Order: sequence, then C-alpha cells, then structure tokens
Amino acid sequence: MIRYIERTKAYYRAQGFEQDYQWAMNVETPFSRPARPLKSARITLVTTAVVEPSIPKPIRTAKSYAFSDAPADFDTAELSWDKITTHTNDRESYFPLQALNARVAAGEIGSLAPRFHFIPTEYSQRHTRNEDAPLITEHCLTDAVDLAILIPL
Amino acid sequence: MTARALETAGIATVVIGSALDILQRAGTPRIVFNDLPLGNPVGKPFDSTMQNESLSAALNLLYTAQSPGAVQQLPNQWSASEGWRDNFMAITPHNREQLLLLGEESRRQRLLNREQGLFRP
Repeated sequence: MIRYIERTKAYYRAQGFEQDYQWAMNVETPFSRPARPLKSARITLVTTAVVEPSIPKPIRTAKSYAFSDAPADFDTAELSWDKITTHTNDRESYFPLQALNARVAAGEIGSLAPRFHFIPTEYSQRHTRNEDAPLITEHCLTDAVDLAILIPL
Repeated sequence: MTARALETAGIATVVIGSALDILQRAGTPRIVFNDLPLGNPVGKPFDSTMQNESLSAALNLLYTAQSPGAVQQLPNQWSASEGWRDNFMAITPHNREQLLLLGEESRRQRLLNREQGLFRP
C-alpha cells in the first residue's frame, strides 16, 4: 500500500514548497444507517472528475448535474492521478453509471437520483467543509437521496 | 469531508478509493479500498468484472458496516508486477531539476491567478 500523505509531502518539498499540505484530520466520524432497503433506496454518485473544464480550476465550485448530462468522458487532466501507469478512458472505472443503471433496471437498487454531484479537489479545506459539502448535501436532501457513493480520483 | 456532511444529514455513504491513508485520516465513514494506481478507483479500465465487484462491495458495505470507519479492502491487483507503485510522484536524480521548475511555475501561476481574481474568497 502506498502512503500517499508521505509521498505527496516529499513531492511538493522537492518542488520547493516549504510548507506541507495539511491533510484533513478528524477523530470522530459521523455515521448513518441506510434509511431504506437497497431495493427501494435512491442512490447517487459524487465525483471529483470535472464536467466543465472551461471553468478555471481555481474558481471551480461544487455543482450538481442531471445524470442525463453526464459527459461520455469527464475531464481528468488537472487531477492528480497516476498518469504514467494508467488512463481514464473508461468512465466506468471512476464513474460507474452504466453499472448502477443496470442494477436499477434489474431491481437490485430502487432508483437512481435525478442528479450526480461534482466536488472540486480543493487545496482549501475550508471551501470544501463550509461551501461545497453543504451545497451537495442540500441537493441530495432535495433529491431524497438515501445512499451516496463517493469516488475521488 | 463531503461524506461526513452527508452522513450528518442522515444519508449513508461509501467511498470507493485508492488512497487509504488520506481517507482514514479524514474520518471517512465507510471505505471500499482498491489498492490500484490512482485514477481508476472502481477497477481497471474496461475490466467490467472487477468494476462490478467493487460496486457490489460498496453496496454491501453500506448495509453491513456496524460502526463508522469501516474499511473493506478488495483483493484486486493492478498487475503481477508491483513496479507501478514507484511511479506516482517519483523523485529521482533525473527529475529533481524538473520538479523544482514545476514548483516555480506553479507558484508563479498561483500569483498570477490571484492578480487576475481567479480565486475563491
């Protein structure tokens, strides 16, 4: 297993950054049990893959999109992933919409929520904690979501 | 952090991810961990069997986790060779200079962004 925190610190030090990034740390973890059995539950996806690359990275904020507007290929160029070893040409490898739809069609999952959600990979924990996460939570409550699968690249 | 906000609002969550140390440090309620290169947390590209197994594990963990911080590690492997683990953010004698240049460019761009108002308040 790769220790990403240590590796990232070393990498940015090698780039001449003097202060290490402060990774989010929480001791207590909130926990909710699913409100409904899977067969009747409504599910959504949350991704860090970019839907609108025309918006400059520093000002991207969380946004919700209709599943019908999900791009065939998200933009992942500006995200930090292993570009030497792999590629993101298969959307299902980070946004398994077809697989979810198949399970809804088969009756295994109750329904797909109307919207999925983009959360930008933010340097600032404050933006995520105080702005992006609450916005997505509000949208999920509006959509009567029971279950969310979050898939950060 | 988003998972935490959702759980606090009563929505059950599971993260499918490949950077376990980061997710655990952040206090993630449920984690399905695929020890694969970053970029394809659900499974290798075009390997629908692996991807479906990950999705099954995620759906299962949503209902079986008994306490916060539950982790299920999947047995998936990228390849027989473990060499990929050295690639990501590698620092070698050959790229040290390049990394410093990358850092300088990144700092320059950050300043430029601020000057142009490209930042979130």
